[in-house]
Parts: sequence; structure tokens; C-alpha cells
Amino acid sequence: MTEAKSNNGNKQRTIFICQGTGCVSGKSIEITEALKKAVAEQGLQGVQVDFTGCHGFCEQGPVAIVEPEGIFYAHVTVDDVPEIVESHLRDGKPVERLFYKDPVSGEAIPYHKDIKFYNMQQRIILRNCGRLNPERIDDYIATGGYESLKKCLKEMTPEEVIDEIKRSGLRGRGGAGFPTGMKWEFCRKASGEPKYMICNADEGDPGAFMDRSTMEGDPHTVLEGMTIAAYAMGSSEGYIYIRAEYPLAVKRVRLAIKQSEERGFLGDNILGTDFSLHMHVKEGAGAFVCGEETALMASIEGKRGMPRSRPPFPATSGLWGKPSNINNVKSLATVPVIIAKGADWYASTGTEKSNGTCVFALTGKIANSGLIEVPMGIPLRKIIYEIGGGIPGGKKFKAVQTGGPSGGCLPESYLDQSVDYESLAAAGSMMGSGGMVVMDEETCIVDIARYFLSFTQAESCGKCVPCRIGTKQMLDILERICRGEGQPEDIDLLQRLGENIKAGSLCQLGQTAPNPVLTTLRYFREEYEAHIYEKRCPALSCTSLISYYILPDKCQGCGICLRSCPAGCIAGDKRMVHVIDQDKCVKCGTCLEVCPERFGAVVKVSGETVEVPGEPVPVTAAKPAAPATS
Amino acid sequence: MASDTLTKADVQDKLKVIFSHYNGDKQELIPILQETQANFRYLPAAAMREIAGFLHMPESTIFGVSTFYAQFKLTPLGKKIIRVCRGTACHVRGAAKVLAEIEKQLGVKAGETTEDLEYTLETVACIGACALAPTMTIESETYGKMSTKKVAEVLGDRSKVE
Repeated sequence: MTEAKSNNGNKQRTIFICQGTGCVSGKSIEITEALKKAVAEQGLQGVQVDFTGCHGFCEQGPVAIVEPEGIFYAHVTVDDVPEIVESHLRDGKPVERLFYKDPVSGEAIPYHKDIKFYNMQQRIILRNCGRLNPERIDDYIATGGYESLKKCLKEMTPEEVIDEIKRSGLRGRGGAGFPTGMKWEFCRKASGEPKYMICNADEGDPGAFMDRSTMEGDPHTVLEGMTIAAYAMGSSEGYIYIRAEYPLAVKRVRLAIKQSEERGFLGDNILGTDFSLHMHVKEGAGAFVCGEETALMASIEGKRGMPRSRPPFPATSGLWGKPSNINNVKSLATVPVIIAKGADWYASTGTEKSNGTCVFALTGKIANSGLIEVPMGIPLRKIIYEIGGGIPGGKKFKAVQTGGPSGGCLPESYLDQSVDYESLAAAGSMMGSGGMVVMDEETCIVDIARYFLSFTQAESCGKCVPCRIGTKQMLDILERICRGEGQPEDIDLLQRLGENIKAGSLCQLGQTAPNPVLTTLRYFREEYEAHIYEKRCPALSCTSLISYYILPDKCQGCGICLRSCPAGCIAGDKRMVHVIDQDKCVKCGTCLEVCPERFGAVVKVSGETVEVPGEPVPVTAAKPAAPATS
Repeated sequence: MASDTLTKADVQDKLKVIFSHYNGDKQELIPILQETQANFRYLPAAAMREIAGFLHMPESTIFGVSTFYAQFKLTPLGKKIIRVCRGTACHVRGAAKVLAEIEKQLGVKAGETTEDLEYTLETVACIGACALAPTMTIESETYGKMSTKKVAEVLGDRSKVE
């Protein structure tokens, strides 16, 4: 490889570094800079260093792709830069040790297109994420961007646009799944001026980040979708409501608006027509309830973000009492593709009632965490075991949670369930905004229900009683069950409270808050019963219900646990069996972590006691020989 | 409290600049509060009075809005803000233990500021770096795959930088 120097041996290559939030926190900006510097130092002709938005495969971050070959690098660090530049970009020899390793087979996979995580996906919403520079409008235009807007403005009437979206079967990707075309039609027919077009980018579900990635990775597609929607409805003012917690998304969307205005895709007389649209960005100030449309509009108006009862619906009386339409980021990102490829093409993907694709943030106890986009109707099992690569560490699957704090936990028997609006709702969960959290046998189901409820309870705006007081009562009950103080009547009480809160709350937040509790009561009742009747946490997770013991027949008296114990509750001496003072133990688990694997003397139990000496006694255990005997 | 060191004139001078970016419409309240907080790192009571005057709104409304949203703080923040992610992915990978360890080491609970005004400890619903769970941030720096052991490393390391 020595003779293959700069401009003869290597061809034109571009290395794209991911600069989504996940990879940026893994120092991808520094990596980009180091690459630029190294490429310049080597004087490589024809080699470009560029960046993209989120590739979705955050678990492997920081990630990079070298085009045109499509070589995918995972877990890149600044230290890897010289080798990438010299070996691959200069000499054309890819760096094998940075290839992605399949979590199931352990095989190293060089090409992006061969990675199961990607090649089983069907990307419509995320089609450009990770493939273009989100800060350059020309990249978007080069992929056919803004052609759909031209087509709408020059060749279609607003009614035809609405009809096309209606025929495509697109449903709101924010969670509820209301047909998007019908929403537009209501707003089009409503009287009042001006009409407002609002993009809901207040992605608040803990564990979901697809809206953020879409805005960071392909902001123009959202703007184009919004502009088409505004044209269809006859709206002249647009608002994008983004969480302030997403500074990078805010920055890229603002930049995209500016570029789009310069090119005449936004502003007055768009593309030389009579149609004008002025776009504004509003930053949310940290309130989950503002994802609810009436609360979001109150927040844009500068008020406390509290929902109100509907009707009147926003289509007739929304922002400042004017006809308004709110769509989710993902719905809007889909619109340009439907216009470009046609309603029939879109409707051919997915199930009968749920068309198209859905995006999930796949996280939790899963080998391949990240963003995935799959056709509606795909079975859960395929997502978790094929795209997600299964549960790491040989652990057993317990549950999958969809829909965030508003959704539910589904057990193993539902793994062959199709993923679509109707099936998930029938199972007691929901599509929601697309978080999908996988849990294994070490996750306590009662604790998860408690966790989600603690979130919705804290985010309840306090306007209506069932949500404000009901969720608090449910949380108190769940907390006492986790502490081992559960009462036999608690299960029925939780069920009744949950149903009443669902029926009586004003907005979606309260109407869905009990879902995690109700679904876990339905599918994992025995775990609640173990906590209440046996004071036992089957997942060995609830601290009040677990104990640590040092087994006298295994302990070698090495003293590592004694020195590491933060509570100072372990007694022992050299060659003496160590003993944990159960009254003082804070159950941090440090002793279990530090006890050498070949001794394996510390155990964690729940609902049982282990016979151990009251105080240190001389070690009797045989020293483990090199391969430990049983 | 640090607010004592801010004089009324300081507040008014800074707000004059901020107000010049706005028209005085009621809908501008939240952006104005955001910009004010970006300047002072919290919302001083004196600033809220000025904003009420600028927007012709009762002070109680300003107070109502600023207590509704998690972003707004009515007391001074520490020099560095630690945010521990409590998102679902972080939760199932042990965020609660990490938070408890930080609370222990700093001697404050989530939502509080250390007495020396060095750190403010907060929790966030999700920072969207779920693949790095459990995560925390100190100012704009993200720390991924946290453990109770790493807490001392991260905090210790930061105090040396000081």
C-alpha cells in the first residue's frame, strides 16, 4: 500500500460524521475537526469531510460513513482519526477494527447496507437523516427537495392536495392517529383569518427522540411539509413549537427557515405565486402537557400551558381564537414524499387501517439502541430480535413498553402482535409518539409503573381533579407497594382509580396516565401480588425488598467488599468470613459488584433469608483452584 | 443569596436591552422570560416587576407563567448545572442510583443548589441520548454510561478544573 499515494491510488471519497445529539455527546464535532485537519495535512485530493444529522444508530456512536463505498464505522474516537485517514482515505484500505460487530453472530460487517439494523428498516420519514448535511439547503434540493412544494403550488389546487393526503391514509404520527387530510379539510373549511399552521415539535416523552433527530437531520423536509399543509389550508402564518431542551434542533430549524426564505420557498409570494407563509419558531419552556394541542396553543400565546376542553376544536377556534391546525413533526416530514410518489404508493405500505411507516426510539435492555423506521404491521418480535439484535447479556425478555408514559407494557405473549394503531390500542397500549423500551427479567414491573406515573404525576398541570389528585393517589399506592408496605386491597384500588382517571380527565395526559399501571396489572399481576403478599420483588430490584448476604462456604476473607462498602456495614478480617450487618446495609450492591467472580460469595435475594454466621468466623471454604470447583 | 448583589439599576439596564428586541405584545412573555433568565441565570423579582410593566400585565400573571414551566428558576442557580437524565432508558439502566450518589456527594437533593453556589442539581425527563444511558450533563458536557463509581470521578475531576 506504500506506493498508493494521495491522488493516484485513491478515488473521490467523502467521510460523513454523524452530528446528531447522541454522537455529539461522544465528541463527534472534535472528530470532524481532527479529520479535516488530518486530511489537509496529508494533502489528500478529492477527499471531503462532511457531517450529517442523526443516523439513528446511537448505540454505536459516534458513527461515520465513507461514501461512495458505504463503509460504516462505529464507536469512532479522535484517536482513530490518523488510521482512518491514512489507511482508508489515503490508501483505500478500510479500518477493520472499527467495523460494526453483529451482536448475535459477532461478525464484523463493513457495509452500511448489510447491517441488519438498517436493512430491515423502511425509511420514509427518516429518508434523508444521516445522508445529507442538514445545514445546507442544496443537499436537500439535490435529493428532490422542494419539488413537491413546486408541484402543489403550480399544478394542484388546495383541495387536490387535501384529497391526495386523504387518499394516502396518512394518520397523525403524534400518537392519536387522527387522519391528517381530514384535519386539514376541517381547517380549510373553517371561516376566520388568518389561519395558523402549527408544527408540534414539543417531544416530551422520556425515551423518545425521533422528532429531535428529524429536525436535526433533515429540517427542510419538515418545513416543506408545513408549507404544503399551509397552502392546502389557506394559512399564512406558521409556528414551530420546539422544546428548548433541544438546542441543536432549534438552531438547525432556524437556519433552515432562513435558507428557505432566501430561496423563495418561504415568505411572501412563494415561488412567484400569490401564496405567502411566514414561519416563526417558539421555544417551549419545559412542560410535558404542552404536547397537548390546546395547551401548546396557550403556551404560544404566552400563557400557562394548560389544556382546555374541546369543542371548540382548534380547526374552528385555535390560536388566538382563529382556525388552526397542529401536526406532528413526523406527519409533516411524510407529506413531501406522498406528494412526490403519490397517495397510492404510500397507501401500499402498512396495514389496511394504518398506512405507511412508523418511527420508534428503540431503547432499554436491547443490543441495538437507536431510531428505527418500519412499515406498520411489523410484528414486535421482528423489531426486538432482528432489528434490535435481542436482549444483551443472555437475559430473558420480560416486557416491551410502547407509547411512553401514556402507553402500556406488553408481555412476551404479545410479541407476535402487529404494530399498528388498532392492535396496540386493543392490547391496552398505544402508538404514542414512538418510544419503545425493552425490559428484561431484572426490570421490576411495579417499579416501572411507578416510574411512569411519577413522571405524569409531576407533569400534571393541575387543572382537573382526576388527573391532579388521582394520579397522586395512585403514585402513593405504588410507592408503598415498592417499599413492601402494600395492602391486599391495593390492586383493586389501583384498578378503580385508573379507570376513573381515564374516564374523567380533561386532556390526553390524564386520560392516558393510568395506562402503564392498568396494562401491568393486566399482564403482570403476579408481580404486584409477590410484592404485596410475599414482600418479594421477583426482579430483585426494589431496594426495600432485597438483601445481600455473604455465603460462608464461598467467602475467602479477602476484604475487598469490606473496603468498598460505602456504609461501613461489613465486618471481617483476613481469612475470616465476612458478614453484612443487615440493619445498616443501604443495599447499594457494591459488595456484589466487587466480589471477585471466581469467589462469587455475595448473593442478592428477595423474600428469603440466607443462613449466615452472626459474626466473622474463620474461612473454611476451599481455595478456588484455577478452574473453580463447585 | 446572590440576588442581593444585583442592584435595581443593574436589572433595569439589562432589561432595557432585552426589551429592545420585542414589541411589548403579551405573546412575547415566554421569550422575554427566557432571555431574562439567560442573562441573570434566574428570574430576579425586580425583573419580573419590570416585565409586568413592559407588557402591561399584572405581576401575578408573570409569576403564574414563570412557576408553570420547569425551565424558569426563581432562585439563583449554581455556577454549574448538573442534569441527571431520568428518561425511561436511563431509568431501567440505573439512573436512580446515580442520582442518589450525586445527591449524597453534593449534600443536596434534586432541584437544590449547593451552599457555595457551585452546583445546581436537576433532573430532566430525557436528553435524548438514550443509547448512552444512564446519562448526565454538567453544563453542556454529556457524561454517558454512568455508574455510582463514575460519579466521584466526574465530580472530582470537575472540582479540580476549578
